[in-house]
Amino acid sequence: MSDVKVVGFVCRMCALITSDLGPPADVNVTIETVELPCAGKVDGRLLLEAFEKGADAVFVAGCPEHECMNVKGSSRARKRLEHIKEILDQVGVGGERLVMYNVSGTHGPRFAQIARDMAGLLEKLGPSPLKARKA
Amino acid sequence: MIVAEIKPIEEIADSIKAIKDAKKVLVAGCGGCVTVCLSGGQKETDIMASALRMKMEVDGQPVQIETATYERQCDPEYVVRFKEHLKDVDVVVSMACGVGVQFMAENYPEIIFVPGQNTKFAGAAVEHGIWEERCMLCGECVLAKTGGVCPIIRCSKSLLNGPCGGSQNGVCEVSKDTPCAWQLIYDRLKGQGRLDMMTEVLPAKDWSKNRDGGPRKIVREDVRL
Repeated sequence: MSDVKVVGFVCRMCALITSDLGPPADVNVTIETVELPCAGKVDGRLLLEAFEKGADAVFVAGCPEHECMNVKGSSRARKRLEHIKEILDQVGVGGERLVMYNVSGTHGPRFAQIARDMAGLLEKLGPSPLKARKA
Repeated sequence: MIVAEIKPIEEIADSIKAIKDAKKVLVAGCGGCVTVCLSGGQKETDIMASALRMKMEVDGQPVQIETATYERQCDPEYVVRFKEHLKDVDVVVSMACGVGVQFMAENYPEIIFVPGQNTKFAGAAVEHGIWEERCMLCGECVLAKTGGVCPIIRCSKSLLNGPCGGSQNGVCEVSKDTPCAWQLIYDRLKGQGRLDMMTEVLPAKDWSKNRDGGPRKIVREDVRL
């Protein structure tokens, strides 16, 4: 599964800290992280662009909703994700390939868990239909 | 503002697929009302372009899709700016309201236009993400006589002398989410100490000023060039 690519948009205040260690060695997916000042900065255009540029799955990792330093950043990100998931369903890529995580900066092993989750998801779903078409 | 709602992506993709040998598509955004109501501005145009590229790719009919957004699609000085983006374009998906789609199509009759939105109503944002209808564009405004609340669009029966018997506790019988316009008018006039206006009988409306008189047109000689 080494050609499987996951793009993660991670909040600088929480998930970025836990992502420092990178994915565990037994998870054979490429995870490309994009740092955001807050999960609330995530934009539908960025999420769709990630899929267009070859991501098989995308996740956004922000703070727990009640702990966001920008108050509503994580909840806004969740709502935007819900909208983009609907679009991904409509275009046939599949909204289940887009996942939101809420991560506390003090929870070190969480990123490893996210990496395993995403690898498991892609094992179940296979490569993005966009990639399948191009192949 | 004109309030519009984005069409299902599948419907737009089907319209493109129905055009024989369409290879290049321009998704044209509008910087006017549809930007303000978050349905057809630059951001939504980029999202639509991205979604359509993916949809057409997944469906095995990939097309080249580009975007351009200008201030409005209902004024000639902005419509002309789209020209540079239309080279080799077979189809334009216009993210403007129905006015913009038609005006663009009038100006570029050789190009096929597909609407990206369903144009809904003239309304206002009562809160972020919620828009409500406020004007039916009837052509003869009665707001001066009704405390600034329009009975034509906000009363389900468009009654000029209300309320009707379906008004219960300030709510219209049509829906519990619809306030009775005539209750709103009463409350507004009462607050302004002008309740006597409720006794004025408004005459039957001249609907020839509305669509019943056919498509409308305004000519202003003072501003014509």
